[in-house]
Order: sequence, then C-alpha cells, then structure tokens
Amino acid sequence: MRTILYLIRKEFIQIFRSKFLSKAVFGVPIVQMVILVPAFTLEIKNIEVCVVDRDMSAESRQLISKLQGSDFFILKHTTFSDNEADAMLHNNQCDLVLHIPENFGRKIIKEGGEKVMVLANAINASSAQLAWNYMRGVIQDYNSDLLIENLQYKPPSRFLIINTSSRFWYNPTLNYKYYMLPGILVILVTAIGLLLAGLNVVREKETGTLEQLNVTPIKKHQFIIAKLVPFLLIGLVDLAFGLVLGKILFNIPFNGSLALLFLFSSFYLIAVLGLALFLSTMSSTQPQYLFLVFFVVMIFVMMSGIFTPTESMPRWAQQFNTINPAAYFMRVIRMIMLKGSGLNDVLPDIKGIILIGIGTISLAIWRYRKTV
Amino acid sequence: MKRLAGFIKKEFIHIFRDFRTLIFLFGIPAAQILIFGFAVRTDIKNAGIAVLDKAKDEISTGLISKLESSDFFILKENLMTDTRIDEVFKTGEIKAVFIFESEFGKTLINEGSANIQIIADGSEPNVANLVTSYSRAIISDYTMELNRAEETSAIPVEPEVKMYYNPNLESQYMFVPGVIAIVLLLTCAMMTSVTITREEEFGTMEVLLVSPLKPIQVILGKVMPYFLLSLIDVVFILFLSWLVFDIPIRGSLILLMLESMLYIMMGLSLGIMISTLARTMQQAMFTSLLGLMLPAIVLSGFVFPVESMPEIYNWLSSIIPPRWFVTIVKNIMVKGTDFSFVIKETFILLAMTLLFITLSTTRFKKRLE
Amino acid sequence: MTDEKVIEVKDLVKKFGSFIANDHLSFNVHRGEIFGFLGANGAGKTTAIRILSGLSKPSSGEVKVAGYDIYRHAEQVKRHIGYMCQKFSLYEDLTVAENIMLYGGIYGMPGKEIKNKTGTLLESLDFTGYRKRIIGDLPLGIRQKLAFAVAIFHKPDIVFLDEPTGGVDPITRRQFWEMIYKAADDGITIFVTTHYMDEAEYCDRVSIMSEGKIIDIDSPAQLKKKYGSPSIQDVFVKIARPANNK
Repeated sequence: MRTILYLIRKEFIQIFRSKFLSKAVFGVPIVQMVILVPAFTLEIKNIEVCVVDRDMSAESRQLISKLQGSDFFILKHTTFSDNEADAMLHNNQCDLVLHIPENFGRKIIKEGGEKVMVLANAINASSAQLAWNYMRGVIQDYNSDLLIENLQYKPPSRFLIINTSSRFWYNPTLNYKYYMLPGILVILVTAIGLLLAGLNVVREKETGTLEQLNVTPIKKHQFIIAKLVPFLLIGLVDLAFGLVLGKILFNIPFNGSLALLFLFSSFYLIAVLGLALFLSTMSSTQPQYLFLVFFVVMIFVMMSGIFTPTESMPRWAQQFNTINPAAYFMRVIRMIMLKGSGLNDVLPDIKGIILIGIGTISLAIWRYRKTV
Repeated sequence: MKRLAGFIKKEFIHIFRDFRTLIFLFGIPAAQILIFGFAVRTDIKNAGIAVLDKAKDEISTGLISKLESSDFFILKENLMTDTRIDEVFKTGEIKAVFIFESEFGKTLINEGSANIQIIADGSEPNVANLVTSYSRAIISDYTMELNRAEETSAIPVEPEVKMYYNPNLESQYMFVPGVIAIVLLLTCAMMTSVTITREEEFGTMEVLLVSPLKPIQVILGKVMPYFLLSLIDVVFILFLSWLVFDIPIRGSLILLMLESMLYIMMGLSLGIMISTLARTMQQAMFTSLLGLMLPAIVLSGFVFPVESMPEIYNWLSSIIPPRWFVTIVKNIMVKGTDFSFVIKETFILLAMTLLFITLSTTRFKKRLE
Repeated sequence: MTDEKVIEVKDLVKKFGSFIANDHLSFNVHRGEIFGFLGANGAGKTTAIRILSGLSKPSSGEVKVAGYDIYRHAEQVKRHIGYMCQKFSLYEDLTVAENIMLYGGIYGMPGKEIKNKTGTLLESLDFTGYRKRIIGDLPLGIRQKLAFAVAIFHKPDIVFLDEPTGGVDPITRRQFWEMIYKAADDGITIFVTTHYMDEAEYCDRVSIMSEGKIIDIDSPAQLKKKYGSPSIQDVFVKIARPANNK
C-alpha cells in the first residue's frame, strides 16, 4: 500500500511540474466548450429559397409571403427564369427552388387544385429532407388558410381535424447546447484519460524508467493502481471543471444527483484507463500510441450516439455498443444531467460499465509484463 | 538527388514497418466510411414510444396501431397514469408519449376536432423533433383516411419534390467528401508534425541537418512519403466508397486528383508549420489534435450545417481549409462540375498553402540561427 | 570477498528464434566480488544481465541469484538486487530527493529512514546542493553517479551495472569506480558489464564473452599471465577477435 502511495505521489509531481500537461488538462475543456458547444447543432435554420413565380397573382404572392413568414426560410431571390433558378441551385446560392406555375391562382380557386414543384439540393440528405418537410408544412398552412378564409373555395361539408399539441420535457426549447455539452464532456473525459495515461506509460518505456521499475519488487497491481489513480482523479476534476464551465457559459441545467454522476464517471474512467494501459503495452513510441488511440477513440465516439440516436443504428452497431464504454457514458450522463434519472434508472448501465472495466483491467494486467 | 531518393526510401520503410501507422492510414478512413455509411443515422428508426390512451375507442386504437406499424416507432408501453410519464422517460427507453383525451373518438365525430398531446423527451432535441414531426405526418395521414371515408376532399395546393444530385437521399454523398478532407488533414498535418518534432526531440534531426543533405531536402524527405501515402489514401477512399456504396465520380477524376494534391500540400505545409511552432512532440500532438481535428470535423460542415450555427462560426469556418476542400470534392464528385465552379475554393487553398510555407520557413530559419 | 556464492549460473541458454544470444553460460559470483562482464557489442552481455536481474526469462539452464531460483522466485530476486542500465534510469523531471524518495519507497524503506539516509548519501557524494535540483538539469556525470547511488540505496546484495560509464569523461569514470569500490567494501556484490578494457583491470574477476559464449573467466592478473599479455585490452584482442572474424 505504501509503495502505491509513493508511486502515485511521483505521478502527481510529474503532472503538475509539466506546464504543458496542466495546460492540456484545463485548457482543453475551455477550448472545447467555448468553441464547439454552440457549433454542434443539427437544427436546420436559414434555408435559402429561390422562387420562380410564373403566375404573379394574389394567390402566389400570398404563398410567398407565407414562406417569408416562416422561421426556417430566407427568400433569396424571385425570378421568372427556370434557368436562373437552376444555376443558383447548382452554384450553392440557394438550397431550395420553389416553382409556381402559370395560372396557379386561377386553378386553385376555380379547378380545386394545382401542383407546385420544389427542387432541393439533396447532397446533404438529412437537411434536404428536413427542408422539404418544413416546406410541406408551409404549404399545408397555406392550404388551411385557404380552406378557412377563402370563401370562393368550397370546403367539403364535413371535415375532421385531429389537433396535435406537443411539449418537450426536460428541454422545452429544444436547446441543442443542453444535448451537446454532456456529449462533449464524454469526449473530453475519454480523450484525457486515454491520451494522458497511455502516453505516460509509453514515455516511461521510451526513457527507460519503466525497465528500472521492472527490476524492482513492484507488483503488477501496484503499478496498475498507481497509474490509474492519478488519471482517474484528473478525469474527475476535468469533468467537474467542464460542468462548472457549462453552467457559467451556457447555463446548462443539472437535474440529477452529482454523486451518482461522479460514481458512474469513476467506473467509466477505470474502464477507459484500463484500456489505455492495455493499448500502451502495444506501442513502443508515443506517436504509435497516439495513432492507435486516435483510431479507438474515433470509433468509440462515433458509435456512441454523440449526435445521433443509437436506437436507429443497425443491430450489429447496437451489439458493438454493448462493449463500447463511451456509449454507456453518453447515455447515462445525459439521463442524469437533463432528466434527473436516479440510481435505479441507470443500474443496468452501471452493471455494464463495471463489466467492461473488469474486462479492460484484466487485459491490462494480462498484457503488462515485468519481463520482456 | 540520389541521396534524397535513398532518404525517402528509408522514411517509407519506417512508416510501413509499423502496423499502428498503417491502422491509422487505412483503418481510420475505412472505419469512418463504414460507420458513417451504415451505423450513423440522422433519422430515427425504432424509437420507443408509449401511449396514455384515456379513450380506448375505435379511432384512438386505430391511430395507435397506425403509429405502431410505421418503421419509426416501437410501442413499448401502455401507460395508465400521468405520473408514469416521468418515470418512463427517466429510464431512457421512451422518446415520446402520446396522450389521448377521454372520449377522444366521440369528440372528434361530434365536434369535428379532437386533441392529442405529444410529450417528447427534449433531452435529445433531434430525436424529439423528428419524433413529433413524423408522428404528426402519420396523424395527418390518418385524418385524411378518416375524411376520405366520410367524403372526398380536394387539396388546393399539392407540393411535389425533386431531390437534385441525390434522388435516393443517401447520406454518403455528404460524408465521403468530409471523410476525405478529414483523413487527409490527419495524415498530412498531424503525422508530419508529430514525426518531425519527434526527430527534433530525440536529437536525430540535428544528425540529419549536419549531414550533406540540405535542410529543404531533409524536410522534403520527411514529407514526401506522406504526400504519396495521402494520395494512396484518396484513391483508397474513393475506391472503397465506390465498392461499398456505388458512389460515382461525376466530374473529372484528374481534376479531383489535382485538387487533392493541392489540399495535401496545404496539409503538409500546415504540419511543417506546427512542427516549427511546437517545442515537444506532446505539444505537436495536442495542437494538431485539438487545434485542428475537432474544429475541422465540426466546422467543415460535413456533419453539422454551418449555416445554422451562430454567425461567428460561419466566419470561423471560412478560415478552416477542410471547408473549402469539402465544397470542391462535393462539386466535382457529386455535381460533376468543371474547374470553373471551384476556382474560388482552389485559390483560397493555394493562398493558405503559400501562407503556411512562408510562415514555416521564417520560423525554421530563426531556429537554425 | 567470501566464498559464499550469490550468483550461480549453469548452462544458461537464451534463444531469440534461431539466434542464440547466450550459449551455455556457466559461472559463479561470490559475495562482495566485483565481477566484470566483457565483450564486444552484441556479444550477449546485456541479454545475460537482463536474465540475471529478472527482466527476461532464460530459454534453459539453472540460474540462482541471491539464493533464489530465477524461474520460480523472480520477484524475490528483485528485492535483493539493484540495477542500473545503459539508458538513463532516473526520472528526469523529478528532483534528486524525489527520485531517492521514490525508489526508497518502492523497496519498502520507512519514510524517516529515507530522509536520514538521503542526507548522508548526498553529503558523502558532496551533492548536498543538488538535493532540490531537477535531474534533467544536471550534467551527465553527476546523473550517473546519482543513478548508481540510487541503485544501491536500499542496500541490495547484488547490483547489476550495464555499461554504467558510457559517455562519461575519464575523471568522472574514475570517481565512479571509487564509488563501486566503496560499495564492494560495504559487502555489495558488483556485476558490471563494460567494453572499456581499462575498467576491466579494476575488477576482481572478469569473464570475456564472444558470440554468446564465455571464452575465459579469471582474475585480470591471471588472464594476463595466461595469455602473456601486458593488458586486458591485449588479452581481449587475442582471444575475442578471432571469433569475431569467423
């Protein structure tokens, strides 16, 4: 036990003495929060529309003003020319083109209906889809206005309407920052843990001090605990720091139990640090380790559901996520912070992360050899 | 020249001997393409929902089975009381709860309208948004059916859509250019800066600099292998996307490769510049990782739409090289445009390259003095 | 020096694939002896020293260090040895006192004892002023001396030194050997590899290795007599070179 304390003391002296490491530990969260949190958004706003109005009637102008009234759209240009609109779409000058044909007004009033054509730049499939949905919404609104207000238009005698009202719990305004900040904290804690701990071990290998430790009577578990504890504490401090920053900068709510979050985070960090120690046995230089870790972190984070729901992923991906520690943390931190989920709600995840931790630590113990 | 060739060969052998570097070079693009292509879905599927049906009549159950039968939702629970809503949200299984008022069907028939309340879990805004808008569409379809059963109703304005460039709405048209831009930046900027600072830290750089090779040759020898490897990477990614997703290259392949070369040169000069700024390998790693990778991923617009971000990010993203390269690749690959459509972007990348080269040569000279 | 054997090696073989690094080595080292291990680069010195200090497992043969079998009790062996390798082995970003504290703590020395002994150690080396200095800022000679002092700080039975004086100036090398003598007087067995032939003259006995085999073991005086050479350098050239040129 005393040996472990001596080793841990040494790690802390080294970490605090390195100006660069302390900068990395505390500078990184600031940069990530300030720069990235507001940028992570999947909201679609400011969709730029070019309208080809061949009709120029009161009805077409009414539709266009409906479009302008919507929060989602910006009317970039109105023209008569199909070619001009096509060119704008091609040059990325607008995202959507709305074609209103000739005699549009007359047809909807007299003949009961007309079609309008919407052209969308669909390279980004999901925003094209959303833009199209919003456009349909605008046209539906226009339709109901017609049905209700325009007396010339004859509505069918009986018309059933199901009204929907929606409310969003835990985040009524659907603020993306509330969603992304916990996600960024996960990346932060994961990256700090994996990078610092593993690089530390690989550095000892490079400088030869690891060999020196290996000829001493240090036991495997002492070595591993001594490498775990400092970085576990740093990870938790960084998490706390990030939470405070998030509160100050973006007023992110915290509805759950802090103790529960830190309990879970400790289990998570142990699992991640075990992985770091395991990976460090597979690299002999720091760049090698960096490349390896970058690969692993990238896969873990991308699969974890940082910006997309994991439930929509295919089966194999969901199965992969049962061994992906980042997926557990990603889910749990959001549940605890935003919804105030309690111990019972996250119990299955706690069990899962403990199992993963046991796995990675065993791997680290198995691969770490005092002999070469 | 012969000396330089020998030196480059040595660097190549170094890179290829190490499996971790190879994982980095080819594993990352392969994994990104496959994950983006198959795992990351920005739409929803199988989202868990619950209903609180206080009416339990023909119309409400009809609508519930309609919701259930769509691919988007899985009905996980029938709630009995309002208090259960919070509980089911907290387990994370349920994304939205649909509340039908009592006498739902009767009210609808008698008064012509009735209410459904949708409560969605806002802790995942994107999911909440999609769940409500998809369920609204289902509900309005259902209303339409009900009305059709009553009496046919005409719809005044019916919109139709044509999805340009990507009629099947495949997400790969977006992420393949993004992956190319990010991976090239990684290999070029990060790998070169890390390897150069490592040589400096271990003192081997001095050995090289006192050798008969000129400093410019040493640097060339260091970056040349990465130039070639990055080109191989581009071909590899294009081949993989064609193989797995059938993504065609609509424009000129030669133009695409030339633009890639320009971008690679930009990345290499950026890497050299980082190595002249960083004192240690750790600094180089953190700088390229945090100063470069995250902003590149976030602000290049390949996952997150830059247009929707606060104004300042629009401005920030324009100083980020991948943003311009992503546009170039999209235009050439997906839209099939010719050089005239990417002139502006090409010049911006060229200017950035020149800037990085000038900055690093002045820094390098200062160091040697 | 006593007759008590602290290192017993019989038929030690170490193979790396088909390459034989140590080919049936057999020798004993006595308590308090300064035992030199001579050989050209690649002769198998480092491989042998790594096996003796428990860093590497032998392919076959019997090895006992400090009375413990290296196969079964490698960790026991580690309690009784000190080690200093070619690569510099102290933490460069820690101070002198912090390094001593760390290694003392690892060997289970009580904190008070570490503090007291640190003081006397630094005084005896005349290094008191360096106590709070970062190792990385000190000149190589001083670092090497400190590394040796740290390697014997916990009073091991045996200390293994793998080319301890590489890259050090002649005066410091001299002082370094004085430290070695002093440690041997205190009863610590010294096992040292070197390719400086003049250093070999300081040893009680030397073993000369070539291509994984021990060619001869004896005291420097006996070796010189046997091969009719004026110096160990000359002995080495005579008996090790032919093997190298094959």
